[in-house]
Amino acid sequence: MSHNEETPRKSGSNPAERFADYVPSIESRDIVSIRSRNGLLIDGAWVDAADGRTFTTVEPATGEALAEIALGGTEDVDRAVAAARHAYDSVWRDMPGAERARYLFRLARLLQDRAREFAVLETIDGGKPIRESRDIDIPLAAAHLFHHAGWADKLDLAVPGMRAAPLGVIGQITPWNFPLLMVAWKIAPALACGNTVVLKPAETTSLTTLLLGELTREAEFPPGVLNIVTGAGDTGAALAAHGGIDKVAFTGSTEVGKSIRRAVAGTPVRLTLELGGKGAHIVCDDAAMDQAIEGVVDGIFFNQGHVCCAGSRLLVQEGIADAFVDRLRDRIGRLRVGDPLDKNTDVGAINSAEQLARIVEHVEGARQEGCEVYQPPCALPERGWFHAPTIVTGVGGSERIAREEVFGPVLTVQTFRTEREAVDRANATRYGLSAGIWTEKGSRILWFANHLRAGVVWANTFNKFDPASPFGGVRESGFGREGGRQGLQEYLTLAPVR
Amino acid sequence: MSERPPALESLRAASVDALALEERAARLASRSIKRESKRAGLELTVACMDLTTLEGADTPGKVEAMCQRALHPDPEDPAIGAVAAVCVYPDLVGVAARALAGTPVKVASVAGAFPSGRSHREHRLAEIRQAVADGADEIDIVIDRGAFLAGRLTEVHDDVAAAKDACGDAHLKTILEVGELGSYDNIRLASMVAMAAGSDVIKTSTGKLSLSATPAIALCMAEAIRDHLDQTGAEVGLKLAGGVRTAKQALGYLSIIAETLGTAWLTPERFRFGASSLLNDVVLQLRFGASGRYARLDNLPVD
Repeated sequence: MSHNEETPRKSGSNPAERFADYVPSIESRDIVSIRSRNGLLIDGAWVDAADGRTFTTVEPATGEALAEIALGGTEDVDRAVAAARHAYDSVWRDMPGAERARYLFRLARLLQDRAREFAVLETIDGGKPIRESRDIDIPLAAAHLFHHAGWADKLDLAVPGMRAAPLGVIGQITPWNFPLLMVAWKIAPALACGNTVVLKPAETTSLTTLLLGELTREAEFPPGVLNIVTGAGDTGAALAAHGGIDKVAFTGSTEVGKSIRRAVAGTPVRLTLELGGKGAHIVCDDAAMDQAIEGVVDGIFFNQGHVCCAGSRLLVQEGIADAFVDRLRDRIGRLRVGDPLDKNTDVGAINSAEQLARIVEHVEGARQEGCEVYQPPCALPERGWFHAPTIVTGVGGSERIAREEVFGPVLTVQTFRTEREAVDRANATRYGLSAGIWTEKGSRILWFANHLRAGVVWANTFNKFDPASPFGGVRESGFGREGGRQGLQEYLTLAPVR
Repeated sequence: MSERPPALESLRAASVDALALEERAARLASRSIKRESKRAGLELTVACMDLTTLEGADTPGKVEAMCQRALHPDPEDPAIGAVAAVCVYPDLVGVAARALAGTPVKVASVAGAFPSGRSHREHRLAEIRQAVADGADEIDIVIDRGAFLAGRLTEVHDDVAAAKDACGDAHLKTILEVGELGSYDNIRLASMVAMAAGSDVIKTSTGKLSLSATPAIALCMAEAIRDHLDQTGAEVGLKLAGGVRTAKQALGYLSIIAETLGTAWLTPERFRFGASSLLNDVVLQLRFGASGRYARLDNLPVD
C-alpha cells in the first residue's frame, strides 16, 4: 500500500514561503500492526462471532480497507453478558477496592507506555489529526483511567453519609468521534465502582478499543470483567435491550438515544445518555478578539467538528460582527486540511463516506435556504473523505443548518444586540450540551452561565475536559454525567449508612 | 515628528486573554518543521539576525571579529549569506561601520541610555544623533517603562517620537522591555503606543532581564502589528531579543510570525532575531541538514 503520498505543494523560491509551506511531516505508521481479522473479547478470550460474520473497517483518509472485524449478534451479546455476570458475581463485585484499583492503574500505565501506538492507530482508523490523538485523546484517556482507579477504594467517601455499591453488569455503547477516549470515560468509572462491562464500540472505529482489550489481557484482568462485542447498530440494539444488564450507558446520536430509552422503558435498567448538541458560542463586544477567534476555531474545527459539544453556532455581538467574521474567514484560510498523519495537519479526514454525505447535504440545504456559505480556497486530498472548513452567514435561526446537529466542520453565524437576546438565541434549540462565552467582564460571565441551558458552559476557553469535572447535557442532549463525583454516582447504588 | 493620534487612551480598550494566548502560541511554536522547510527556516534565521555584543568588556577587536562573523556566518560554507546587522554599544559604532563598509550588513546601536533608558531626554537624543553620525543604520531604544506604568502614555509616545526624529534616516527599533510590563494587556498597549509614535520596528527586550522573548509575547506583539497595519496601513517590523538560543526555538518563532502576519513579514526588513549564541546552533543544524552529521561545537567560531 502506498500511503503517505505527499500532496504536492507550491514551492516558491522565496525562503519565507519554502519555510511556511511546511513540507509533510508524517508520523510513521510502522509502530502499529493491524490484524487482518479481529474477534470479540468474551470472557477474556478472542473469539469469532457465533455465526462467523464480519465487517470491514476502512481508513477515512484513503478509503482503503484496514481490517475485518467480527460482527457480533444476539448470541454473542448473550455470551458476553453471561461472562460479565459471572465475573461480577464471582470476582469483581467483592474484590477489595484497592485491588480493583491495581488493575486499572496497570491498564492506565500500559496505555501510557504505548501511547504513540494508540495515537497512530486512532488517527489511521478514525481520521483525526495525529496532533489531536497524540496530545488530547490518548493522554486524556489515560488520565480518566488513573483518576477513577484512585476512586476504587474510596467509594464510600464519594457521597458523604451514603454507602456505595456497584450496579452489576453495564452495557456501554461508544461513538466514533473520540473512540478510545469515550471508552475510557465509560469503562473507568464502571469498573472502578465494581461493575463489569459489555462494551460495543462504534462500527467505524473499533481498532483502538480492541487494542485496549488486548491490554486488559496483558494486565491480567479477571476474564469477563471487560467484554467487547464489536458490530453495528443491531449489535448495540441487542445489547441495550438485553434482559441481563443493569444499566445502559450510551454516547451517540439523539435519534439512537431515543430508541434506547424506548427499549429500556418500563424495565429496572438504568440509563445515561450523552447525545447530540448544537452549542452556542457567544462572543461579546469586549472579548479579547484574537483569543476569541482561536476559541471559536477550536470550538468547531477540532476533530473536524465531530464533537457533540462543538460550538457550532457563533453568536457575535453586532458592533464587532463584521470585523470578527472577516478575521475568522482569514483565520480558517490558514487551517491546514489534509493527511491526518501529518503532524502539521489542523483538520483531518471526515470519519466516513456517510458522514461526509450528511455534511454536504446540510451545507447544500443551507445554500438553498438562502444562507451564504464561505469556504477558504484549500486543496483537499483527492482520495479519502475530506470537507473544507465552512462558515455559514446570513442565518436567521429557523434554517435547518441552525437547528440540526451537522457534526462536521461547519459554523453558523448569527448576531445579537443585547445579552438577553444572546441567551434567548442560544437557548432556542432542542439540545443543551455545551455553550461558550467570550467577554472580559466577569459579571457577564456569571450572568450568562446562570441563564444558558447547557450542561457545560466554558468561559474564555472551549473544549476543555478533565476527569474530575462532570460532563453531560440537558434536554435532548441527554442526562447523566461522566467524570467527577457526579459521574461516579451513575455507576453506584447508594444507601444511607446506618 | 509623527503626529500624535487623537486618543492614545482608546488603545487600552483592546485586551488579551493570557491563557488562550499562551495556548495558541505554544501550538504554533510546536509545528513540525522538516527538510526543505527546516533549511529555509534556518537560512531565514541567519538572514534576519542582529548579531549582538553588549558587554561592558567589549573592545574594538571583539567587535571587528564579530563583524567578520556577520559577513561569513559559516566560515566553511560561503553559500550561507550574511546576517542582517550587528548590534553594538554607541561608542563602537565607528569600529563596526568601518569593518562593514561596502557590505550589506547594517550597523545597529543601542542608544538612549541603554538598557534602562533612565537619563535626560536631551542626553538620550544626543546619544542617538551621535551614533547615527558615526554610521549607525539602526537605533535600538527602550521606552520609558516608568512613565508607561504610571499611565503617562503621551509621555511615552512623545519620547519615542522624539527619538524617531533624532534618528533621521536611520531606522528606529523600540524596545518595550516586556519583562517589566507585567501583563500581555500592557505589552499590547505598549506596542500600539510605540507604533503610533513612528517606530519602524518594535522589539521585545534589552536582553538584560531574565524574562524576555517568549512565544506568547511574540504572538501578542505580532497581533498588535497586524492590527496597527489594519488600522493605519503602516508596516511595522518585529524584533525578538533575549532568550532565543536554539534553532528549534527560532523555527517556532518563524511559525508564529508566518501564521499571524504572513510570509511577507519573514524578511530582514520586517523581522529580526537579536541574539549572540543562536547563530552557532543554527549553523550546526544547517551543517547537520547538509551532511547528516553534527559538527563539533568547538569547531565553530566563538563570535
